[in-house]
Amino acid sequence: MGDFLMPSLGADMEHGKIVEWLVKPGDYVRRGDLVAVVDTDKTVMDVESFQEGVVADLLVDIGETVPVGTPLARITQTPAEVGAPSREAPPPRPVAAKVEAAKPAPSPEAPPIAPPVRHLAHRLGVDTGRIHGTGKDGAITRADVEHAVAARPAGTRRVRSSPRARRLAAELGVELSSVPGTGPEGAVTVEDVQAAAARRPEAGPREAGPPAVAPEAPGAVVPEAGAVPEARAPAAEKPPEGRERVATLRRAIGALMSRSKQTIPHYYLSTTLDLRAAVGWMQTVNAQRPVASRLVPSALLLKAAALAAKDVPEVNGFYLDGAYRPSAAVHLGVAVALRQGGLVAPAIHDADTLALDELMEQLRDLVSRARAGRLQRAEMADPTITVTNLGDLGVESVYGVIYPPQVAMVGFGRVLEQPWAENGMLGVRAAAIATLSADHRVSDGLRGGRFLARIQELLQKPDEL
Amino acid sequence: MNEQDARAAVRAALGKVAPDVELDDVGGDARLRQDLELDSLDFLRLVETIDTATGVDIPERDYPAVATVDGLISYLAAHG
Repeated sequence: MGDFLMPSLGADMEHGKIVEWLVKPGDYVRRGDLVAVVDTDKTVMDVESFQEGVVADLLVDIGETVPVGTPLARITQTPAEVGAPSREAPPPRPVAAKVEAAKPAPSPEAPPIAPPVRHLAHRLGVDTGRIHGTGKDGAITRADVEHAVAARPAGTRRVRSSPRARRLAAELGVELSSVPGTGPEGAVTVEDVQAAAARRPEAGPREAGPPAVAPEAPGAVVPEAGAVPEARAPAAEKPPEGRERVATLRRAIGALMSRSKQTIPHYYLSTTLDLRAAVGWMQTVNAQRPVASRLVPSALLLKAAALAAKDVPEVNGFYLDGAYRPSAAVHLGVAVALRQGGLVAPAIHDADTLALDELMEQLRDLVSRARAGRLQRAEMADPTITVTNLGDLGVESVYGVIYPPQVAMVGFGRVLEQPWAENGMLGVRAAAIATLSADHRVSDGLRGGRFLARIQELLQKPDEL
Repeated sequence: MNEQDARAAVRAALGKVAPDVELDDVGGDARLRQDLELDSLDFLRLVETIDTATGVDIPERDYPAVATVDGLISYLAAHG
């Protein structure tokens, strides 16, 4: 039993906003199940449960912003355990009698019922006075309540629906109970709501007032924009919302980068990478592949950076409370520029152990989800070193600002053809400038230089990456 | 594929990869990477989306020919 708390989704996060609940009271959750969608100032993330049990109550409403550590939901034991207390300790009769005496009792023989079960019944709108308890001493069990719900005539049954479908229905003014559900167990889906709205001649956004959700949950609107273009609120409402989002993201980045520059003594190094072997190998490989499995130079650079970080532990870890803690795993943060402005830097986990194709696949997935505003908690919380690949859009070199509590930021510039002198001969080669911004509290230029040199070495044997 | 179909395919693919870009608002000589700010992953996805929709697989060696909006449309019209 315990509370599900607003998690910290990054060193810079102080509060978060519930954008969507992915569970409802009565749902059974396992560790790792996604529970809620949380909007930080930087991005929108799916957050998972750290415990197993039944969701007893949601304590924070959609659209509410609360500090990290605030209880968001109560999660009680598994159903088996919930039943147990009522068997061991049914509420003693005298208490029940006292209650009856205190107020005119609608059901003189109120059966014993454990508080979590009573709560569930209340949530589901079940009148416990009307159900027959099958537990000890006629106690009403969770199963009894669930049976009572299932036995209701269809018309009065609580409508199963996803939170997103409910929101859309509210926005479109569609009565949920009138919509035939095609989802699991007859749940009403977003598509069902859209279909129902389309059947009405007057289909369109609700006239009265702004859409219920849009103003307080801008992040939630983004993923849906593609799915229901015809159902969008008038387009005029979108730009201010987008601007506001960019502004909060800009503030968050500003605060974090200021903290970084104020607390971390950065030092900077750069080296020019010889990419003749890497780019040549990649072109050969890509020529034989369909577009869906082609590689980009970034994938090779990221893999080399991950392997080098593993070899030079002084750049891979966290500086916390005055001490450096190197990380055994390499979770490679990738700075992703968002098209509407700003950036996020989610992690590719254990990037050093991934085959190049796997890393490429994860990179594509991560970037597309980052742009859609759908990252997961762990991805934002724990990069051990971050890479910025701004050069992809043109610049020759980029010196990044370290994300605290990390201790290093790697920058890759544009891949371009350069005159290259070697052994007294001049030739033309693909090359790119790699930079390292590192924390002087943890390492010196010598170790930082070793890190860049290691990247260079690794890229000379691209087929081994 | 005629010019019109090619343009429609480019419009649809751009709509997926860079929803903020409206094809009619950008000139034909707009460069996909520099002007429309598609990074290498965006560009790969654009090529992939076009391949799925039209069956035209643009090999890497032809990327220079499809660097602009008009270049891409002409390429599709010629190869689709």
